[in-house]
Amino acid sequence: MLRFARLQLRDAAAAEDVVQEAIEAAWRQSTSFAGQSSLKTWVFAILRHRIVDHIRRDQRTVSFSALLDAEDEADWQQGLDQLFQRSGQWQPMHRPAEWPDPEAAMAHRQFWQALEQCLQLLPAATGKVFMMRELLGFEVAEICARLDISSGNCHVILHRARMKLRSCIQPVAAHAGDAAC
Amino acid sequence: MLSCREVTALCSQELDRPLGLRERLALRTHLMMCRGCSRFRAQMGTMHNMFRRYAAGEMPG
Repeated sequence: MLRFARLQLRDAAAAEDVVQEAIEAAWRQSTSFAGQSSLKTWVFAILRHRIVDHIRRDQRTVSFSALLDAEDEADWQQGLDQLFQRSGQWQPMHRPAEWPDPEAAMAHRQFWQALEQCLQLLPAATGKVFMMRELLGFEVAEICARLDISSGNCHVILHRARMKLRSCIQPVAAHAGDAAC
Repeated sequence: MLSCREVTALCSQELDRPLGLRERLALRTHLMMCRGCSRFRAQMGTMHNMFRRYAAGEMPG
């Protein structure tokens, strides 16, 4: 099944996903298997439907993905180069420092104003995905469906948003204790 | 062995989906040896809490 899916999709990760989805669907629908074909044929029919769905979904994703790539790809790569060495380890000066007392920071109205400003600074499409997830409580699957993006893309977008927000919030959160001195 | 850059991605993703067994093991192994990434993970959790409170209107009035 995996070889079949890889051949159709030319994408190992996507192939694993559709195979997993097909097996889950077969398990859930096992009572509807009438035995008129072999089990293998029946499961493969489900897999084919999953692959067709995947391809259709992929073709619908273009507009939102293109918008995302255009709006912050260069900015994102530049940010990563600043944070990490080529080996993938932290740059010494960007190694995360302790946030001494986040609760103290959150007791100040100025903190929340800074937080709002950080949210506003997110690129439009990135911000939309992040806020649907973190502020409105959408499940990732529903975000994917509503915006026509893959779950992988959605996770990348959410990761980018969190990295940007962390960098933005860091100066306020890392010096939370200073205001009390 | 995961790099710090890969670990930051996993720390973000664990807020959105259950990590697989191998991912959890690799993450735990890395965090035991890397204070920077341990702090990063804690900060992701703190931020998640911040946004939950922000969405619930729990900031000081």
